[in-house]
Amino acid sequence: MPSEFHQKAHETLANANLQLAIFTATGRLKDKRVEAVGPGELPDYQELRTQANAIKQHAIDNLDHYLELFERNVAARGGHVVYCKDGTEVSDFILALARERGAHLIVKSKSMTTEEVDLNERLEHHGLESVETDLGEYILQLAHQRPYHIVAPALHMTRYDVAEVFTRRLNVPNEIVIEKQTALARSILRQKFLAAEIGISGANFLVADSGAVVIVENEGNARLTTSAPKIHITIAGIEKVIPRAQDLATFLKLLARSATGQLLSVYTSFLSGPRRPGEIDGPDEFYVLLLDNGRTRLLPDKNKRQSLFCIRCGACLNTCPVYRRIGGHTFPWVYSGPIGAILTPQFMGVQQEPDLPFASSLCGACGEVCPVKIDIPKILLELRSDVKKAETRDKQNRLEKLSFRVFAWLMTHPRLYEMAGKMLRSVGVPSIQAGPLRAWTSQRDLPPLPGRSFREMWRRR
Amino acid sequence: MGQRVSLFVTCIVDQLFPTVGLAMADVLERLGFEVDFPESQTCCGQPAFNSGYRAEARMVARHFLDTFESSPFIVIPSGSCTAMIAHHFADLFHKDPETLARVHSLEKRVFEFSTFLTQVAGVEDVGARFDDIVTFHDGCHALRELGVKDAPRRLLARVRGLELRELSPAEECCGFGGTFAVKFSELSGAMVRTKVEAILRTGARTVVSLDPSCLMQIQGALSRAGSNVRTMHLAEVLASR
Repeated sequence: MPSEFHQKAHETLANANLQLAIFTATGRLKDKRVEAVGPGELPDYQELRTQANAIKQHAIDNLDHYLELFERNVAARGGHVVYCKDGTEVSDFILALARERGAHLIVKSKSMTTEEVDLNERLEHHGLESVETDLGEYILQLAHQRPYHIVAPALHMTRYDVAEVFTRRLNVPNEIVIEKQTALARSILRQKFLAAEIGISGANFLVADSGAVVIVENEGNARLTTSAPKIHITIAGIEKVIPRAQDLATFLKLLARSATGQLLSVYTSFLSGPRRPGEIDGPDEFYVLLLDNGRTRLLPDKNKRQSLFCIRCGACLNTCPVYRRIGGHTFPWVYSGPIGAILTPQFMGVQQEPDLPFASSLCGACGEVCPVKIDIPKILLELRSDVKKAETRDKQNRLEKLSFRVFAWLMTHPRLYEMAGKMLRSVGVPSIQAGPLRAWTSQRDLPPLPGRSFREMWRRR
Repeated sequence: MGQRVSLFVTCIVDQLFPTVGLAMADVLERLGFEVDFPESQTCCGQPAFNSGYRAEARMVARHFLDTFESSPFIVIPSGSCTAMIAHHFADLFHKDPETLARVHSLEKRVFEFSTFLTQVAGVEDVGARFDDIVTFHDGCHALRELGVKDAPRRLLARVRGLELRELSPAEECCGFGGTFAVKFSELSGAMVRTKVEAILRTGARTVVSLDPSCLMQIQGALSRAGSNVRTMHLAEVLASR
């Protein structure tokens, strides 16, 4: 029976409209990125990548030190840092705080980290209203879907899909003009911003030497989320910490260019603590929840820990010939594409979806575009080996294992290898209707078989 | 007597595309190299390595090391197999310093075919003639792991009668990916069909590449689409006169 992953991949491949939507949207982002990091636009792009990689390496190698430094600096500015092991600890903290302050309405800006722990569902389950304010995320919240893409969450939806969701969920007339759809969402969200007691954001960077939370966005909703409500809560993975404010000079040059091809995103906000006397806006209370949720499990492996360098730009998704065809919802967890294929098995265990690291032609395009130089193909290869080590002994696995034993044996015995080849050519490969061959011929023709192998021809030469 | 060069023809050329190996030998001999074929050679082990079977890959890699211990130059008609040897053998033996030292010595002696011609032999014009419109497919491992982009184009530019038309997009994977082609056949098929469309848009009659496995995938899809565009390895084009 095909796995759920195979099944969803098949459904996406068979959906022509969806194929076009994904291919067009990712293609646009991909082309813009190529232009924005090109030699004319950013001559020191490769040096910046090397530098970004070195900073992340250093930060992750000294994670404890920088987290403590960040914590001290947040506290010095009147904020609070709370360490959370998992989603339950995150929601427990927020629920307790909301109860104490009598808060009912939360506005949220886009955050993959909160998607990781299904924060909205957890909060709503306890009677709080938590509203996504990024347009794409708002549409998805209404449609009860999870993000299709790290950066462009509703990338798979057309304006007609959006019109349908709005009509069904908001009781408004069918509206297919994008500007009008945006205006509608804006008018609803504006009321939420004004009424919300708590704002929740993610973070792109946590700056250790200044205790600042840095948020990069285009819609301005994150700035409203973090400044209008009386209480602000940032939820960030522990790997988001960078040592110094000056490191942002490297990362901010890379992030927006890699993500959308912008030189900088429209808004780059620096949050450092609650409102101080004399300031006219900003929250009264400021919390940073530092989430582990499995991240520390990645630390012992010196190579694979580079998965934590990711700055969530989505460039690997836009460039990946696999993501561009099977789309985001085929992936088993919130992170999709090449980065999802290496994060998911490491966070959830390789047995969760053993096919995942194999769903790659290993073309290497992801590693080539990664702004922090994560060697994604190499990690995929290591995860494949981990999957095989952890695999159960069911029939199909045993057969594959046996095939590779036979392969290794033949390939270390040249005479037997030659005989096997000869036999195969005399029997005729097309007469064998085994699984892999049937899979091959389902899509393409077999090459005509030569009468002799190279070595036979060489001897006669 | 010229410099000795050992062929590693790869298992796929040995079993399925023997004329690629012969063409490679012809080109090298014409350039004055003394070509040998160590008979105990089989495979680089990549199928096992990419499928997660590292112990099996290690056995095959050791066999390769033994076979080519004394070869001063090893020339390979595949970017992918060259990358396996030059980059991933080291991953296989990172806990075994003795073998790793042998691997590092080997890495300096293995060359993808077009790189060997332009860098070691120092030629661009091999005296070939090939009257056709061709397009060139960059194999992903040659392109991204070995950084091979210009070498085959410089060689093709000097082939008399040949017109090169570039693919757009140029650097997209053909979807082969070894066992990926059968484990995710539908997806791999979708990828190669996009490649075939790009090929047909160029109006070329022949697709040239450095990798027989990509060519097998592309040829299979061209043939399935009813196209008579053919595929050829660079060595076959350079051996034509």
